[in-house]
Amino acid sequence: MKTFQERIDNGETIEPKDDMPDRYRQQLIRMMSQHAHSEVVGMLPEGNWITRAPSLRRKMILLSKVQDEAGHGLYLYSATETLGASRKEVINQLLEGKAKYSSIFNYPTLTWADVAVIGWLVDGAAIINQTMLARSSYGPYSRAMVRICKEESFHKKQGYEMVATMADGTPEQQDMIQDAVNRWWWPTLMMFGPHDENSPNSAELIKWGVKSKTNDELRQSFVDRHVAEAHEVGLEIPDDDLEYNEETGHWEFGEIDWDEFWNVVKGNGPMNKERMKARREAHENGKWVREAAEEYARKQKLSKEKAS
Amino acid sequence: MSTATKSKELTKQKALFEYLVRLADDRLILGHRLSEWCGHGPILEEDIALANIALDYIGHAANLYEYAVEIEGEGRHRDDLVYFRNDPEYKNLKLVELPKGDFGFTIARQFLFSSYSYYLYQLLSDIEDEQIRGMVEKHFKEVKYHLRHSREWILRLGDGTEESHSRIQDAFNDMWTYVGELFYQDEVDEFLQEKNLAADTASFKSDWKDLVTDTLEEATLDVPDWNQFMVEGSRQGLHTEHLGHLLAEMQHLRRSYPDADWE
Repeated sequence: MKTFQERIDNGETIEPKDDMPDRYRQQLIRMMSQHAHSEVVGMLPEGNWITRAPSLRRKMILLSKVQDEAGHGLYLYSATETLGASRKEVINQLLEGKAKYSSIFNYPTLTWADVAVIGWLVDGAAIINQTMLARSSYGPYSRAMVRICKEESFHKKQGYEMVATMADGTPEQQDMIQDAVNRWWWPTLMMFGPHDENSPNSAELIKWGVKSKTNDELRQSFVDRHVAEAHEVGLEIPDDDLEYNEETGHWEFGEIDWDEFWNVVKGNGPMNKERMKARREAHENGKWVREAAEEYARKQKLSKEKAS
Repeated sequence: MSTATKSKELTKQKALFEYLVRLADDRLILGHRLSEWCGHGPILEEDIALANIALDYIGHAANLYEYAVEIEGEGRHRDDLVYFRNDPEYKNLKLVELPKGDFGFTIARQFLFSSYSYYLYQLLSDIEDEQIRGMVEKHFKEVKYHLRHSREWILRLGDGTEESHSRIQDAFNDMWTYVGELFYQDEVDEFLQEKNLAADTASFKSDWKDLVTDTLEEATLDVPDWNQFMVEGSRQGLHTEHLGHLLAEMQHLRRSYPDADWE
């Protein structure tokens, strides 16, 4: 019989009922639940602008996008449950501050342009990461990624369309969109995580076929793609060291402020406390609703049993 | 802008514009209230459901406004009606502008409004206007889902725990004074009804009351007094204090940059 590592090296997909090392299971639970939390917390910064969207068309597009994120969260929580971690359990970890979510959502959405830039850059970064994860060795995760990527591509397209409209708009709109790019560019680069040499999980995840590219490789493909897109609509990237290398065909870029990165990871970003407060409040305010639904279901079951 | 109801000569064009705007305003404002739940629902499934219903309402409102400006024929865009009218020009029912409250309040209002729409749309699918019929046909499926969704929650909350029972009962009691207006009709309605261009809501009032009564009773709830004092004036642009705040939030960005195109 093939060992687990041989199956991985053969490119086989691991399914929920297959044998798997405990560490593989734990790593996937961590990654997938973090991913689910990110979708749910990620509803907040964009949700902040639904009631203020400047046209009915934009309002509907945004509402629909945030709704998709809730759907992704639900889908990823279900995929995580295939590994034996219940949704209730992993959500409690989030609410108790034991689980992480993507740090990008700890930045505030200050103007409408932020909604455009999140669609373009943040969804753009997510797609690069998730396109890789769509080939992950764990079947339910990989299938979730295929489905989610399709929707994210649509979100990115809509985001970029908004960016282009504003970049081609009134002087105020142009200032607004450039300001948003200035604020979101570096935090977006941080989404790919620490440099490879400082990323403790990367090697193991690559060995197990969960990831197939390193953080730095993914970050580079993000930069190459998005610098070109920025230039196409006349926007500047806030990096003085940005330079095209003819030989490698890549854009070289400046060093990320890693102090900022770790500071936000540790909970000191501009919105960490508020995001968690919003999630906890939603959970606490919804407690009586969930209890009512459970109690009603119990009563219904009881009366059905009596009837039969 | 003077309202069509104040105008001495009510024309088909004016009456239809007014009628469409009333229908659209109800749906836009209720959609706005529902959209406030996005990211804050009691369970993820309800974040999705409420956002979905909000989208249905706003989408329907968009269609209705579009038709209204077409009828008006002055080259306005649907967004002009949304972003550049002030509170007195909004004709939505006060019921839909009340703050979202707790989940119980939101659901109680959804149930009353969806059950009302359920009957209303059946009549609208029969009127002498092809465009309205087309819209209604498209949105009636949504309305049926809204009714099912809210009715199921009324049963769960009413016959759930003691706390949920008292919360949903309070919600109905608190909003009851606003339900009478659902059946308000004036010369705009009468003018259009004569031409079979509007629904006569009086014709389904007792069916609607039966549906509400049956559902509340099944949910072990008391039906508040139908004969209690009911507020009026929404269709003339008289609102609660809440609408002004809602519009300030909704219109602020668009009005701050009146020359900007956001698509």
